Amino acid sequence: MEVKTLLRGTLMGGVLFAAILPAAAEDSVYVQLPTYRTGPYAGSGIPIANGMADYITMLNERDGGINGVKIVFDECETGYDTQKGVECYEQAKAKKSLVFNPWSTGITLAVIPKASVDKMPILSMAYGLSAAADGKTFPWVFNPPMTYWDGASGVVKYLGDQEGGLDKLKGKKIGYIYLDAGYGKEPIPLLEQFATQYGFTLLKYPVPGKEMQNQSSQWLNVRRDKPDYMVIWGWGAMNPTAVKEATKIRFPMDKFIGVWWSGGEDDARGGGQQAKGYMTLNFNAVGTDFPAVQDIKKYVVDAGKSKVEAAKFGENLYNRGVVNSLYMAEAIRIAQEKSGKKVITAEDMRVGLENLSIDEARLEKIGLKGFIAPVKVTCDNHSGHNKMYVQRWTGDKWEKASDWFDPMSDVVNPMLMAAAKSYAETNKPWPARSEPCAN
Amino acid sequence: MDLLNGIFVAPFVQMADAPDFLVQVLWEGFVSGILYALIALGFVLIFKASGVFNFAQGIMVVFAALTLVGLYQKGVPVILALILTMAVMGILALAVERFIMRPLVNQPHVILLMATIGLTYFLVGLGEFVFGGEPKQMITTELGLPTGSTEIPFGAQGMVILQHIDIAAAIIAIVMVTALALFFNRTRIGRALRAVADDHQAALSVGISLHQIWAIVWFASGLVALATGVMWGARSDVSFALEIIALRALPVLILGGFTSVPGAIVGGLIVGIGEKIGEIYWGPLLGGGIESWLAYMIALVFLLFRPQGLFGERIIERV
Repeated sequence: MEVKTLLRGTLMGGVLFAAILPAAAEDSVYVQLPTYRTGPYAGSGIPIANGMADYITMLNERDGGINGVKIVFDECETGYDTQKGVECYEQAKAKKSLVFNPWSTGITLAVIPKASVDKMPILSMAYGLSAAADGKTFPWVFNPPMTYWDGASGVVKYLGDQEGGLDKLKGKKIGYIYLDAGYGKEPIPLLEQFATQYGFTLLKYPVPGKEMQNQSSQWLNVRRDKPDYMVIWGWGAMNPTAVKEATKIRFPMDKFIGVWWSGGEDDARGGGQQAKGYMTLNFNAVGTDFPAVQDIKKYVVDAGKSKVEAAKFGENLYNRGVVNSLYMAEAIRIAQEKSGKKVITAEDMRVGLENLSIDEARLEKIGLKGFIAPVKVTCDNHSGHNKMYVQRWTGDKWEKASDWFDPMSDVVNPMLMAAAKSYAETNKPWPARSEPCAN
Repeated sequence: MDLLNGIFVAPFVQMADAPDFLVQVLWEGFVSGILYALIALGFVLIFKASGVFNFAQGIMVVFAALTLVGLYQKGVPVILALILTMAVMGILALAVERFIMRPLVNQPHVILLMATIGLTYFLVGLGEFVFGGEPKQMITTELGLPTGSTEIPFGAQGMVILQHIDIAAAIIAIVMVTALALFFNRTRIGRALRAVADDHQAALSVGISLHQIWAIVWFASGLVALATGVMWGARSDVSFALEIIALRALPVLILGGFTSVPGAIVGGLIVGIGEKIGEIYWGPLLGGGIESWLAYMIALVFLLFRPQGLFGERIIERV
């Protein structure tokens, strides 16, 4: 009787094992998606998290992943808190994530020294440490399509164009209102350099994180100082509050421009019709009129596999999340090609990111023509200093207000190189790059 | 010399040069002060009746506003949404009394403080679970609150801009404070509440129900939180970042006293106007951004001379 039971159990176990085997054998790679769906910055974090998750889900559902390799992902909630972000990094490392997306400049700065030791690529898309664009000093950190310093140079370039030339900025006053954290402070050295170079006065208005929704003092100062232009580097609840306060003091909205992280629909919407004319930089399109975005709708949103609200599908920050996952997916594909392996490792992913190249032909092929400008990352240049454009709020949606344009790389690059050198010297002994360029 | 000039001369010259701007600064300070006072009022009500420093007051502001907007977004008519939100705050008050206050009665105050910290996290989670973490726009016009602004010419070329919502906030705050003052002084429950505040044991001995009083003050505090949430929400939006603003009430409480309703109002106005004047006229001397700590400095100076606050009860202990 006992032998019979044993045999039966063994047989059943075998059947179960056989049933499980195909699923277990399915090739997959793991990517952690740090998010902040909770806390004071959730307004910005939620659409990005949805966009990131939905693009990956679409690839899995439509194509079975990348070259037959499914992308397994889960979210790690940071709440935009550096300490929690570092905990997510440790989890990502333990679970062998291919890449870590900090989604916060503070978290990025905290994990940069760990990245080369742990061999964990850091993808800080258009945020984080600008100097990390120097691939020789920071082989494990990537910040395409451009850095904050590129963004600041783009703002100054655009304002110069409005005045009829950069030389016309001489004698002007440019106000800079920013989140008083690593993120908001990051472009200040470049803006100060530009102020000296082009002869304008830079007026700084820091907004402490705890005072994001209490900015009346900063805007009273703006009213008193009467700057010619205002530039904002805000995030989360800081953005809509700033837009409302600007309308309250009658600041001309066509003289108010933000970085790409101040350009969510909800950031401008609260200002109502008075916010009409408010501008921000951008590096992705807004809307759903792209085949790949329609595929997200078909395979993910309509299938009930997304957390996005129907009305927010295709909004700016949602699409920004899509771009982040697009970069990861393309880097995985390139890493597979370069390594000859289907299931790649984090080290292979680093090579993929270092060879990231998405040209017009590729964008058309993947159904995202016009969604972003072509992006190219190289061994030396981990940012690419790619193109951006200015968008303007019409009162109910964003419209494109400029063509794609380049940052002032000729000015920014030497400063980035100097900053990277300074970072390495300050953080001695900073490891010399040992990774070969596999271009 | 420059420093002395920056402290004692330049700010006053600026005030004289641009009196319209000075009036604007005073007005903004007044409005901020009123809103701080509203938050402080929520703290005072609960502290007065139970000696509990309600750490959850900030999240109650967010939770109340979020419930109102969330219900409206789910298709509930605005008046019904308002009534239902009040009902939710009532249920919350009953639940707090039943599950926090009653089991922890006679425990040290620090235990009750910890319990309210726990309540904070519970309400954060509940709010995010039910309504999501995304910021929401306050339904200002739907509530019949005014929008827009009035420009008042001032002097030769000056101008003072008054936001209609700020005027409404001031009126609502004054009405609420008056109503609460009448409630405490003229009604039976109000007198019972004051009795509880004075001495729990004595109040119990004359048949006053502590449970009932606690539920009432938590409910009143919830209503104050709702009014505060609507006003702050209208100025920016309704997000969980608002919770942190409640901490601005701490210097107000130190100034006005933890047990005084008029103290909360006067303290709020001193902090609101003081921090604005300080930030605008003296802030540049210190690189700006002084308003976040200036209020605490003012409060600390007051503590040196009046530890019980402006209107707080003087502590006399016999040895």
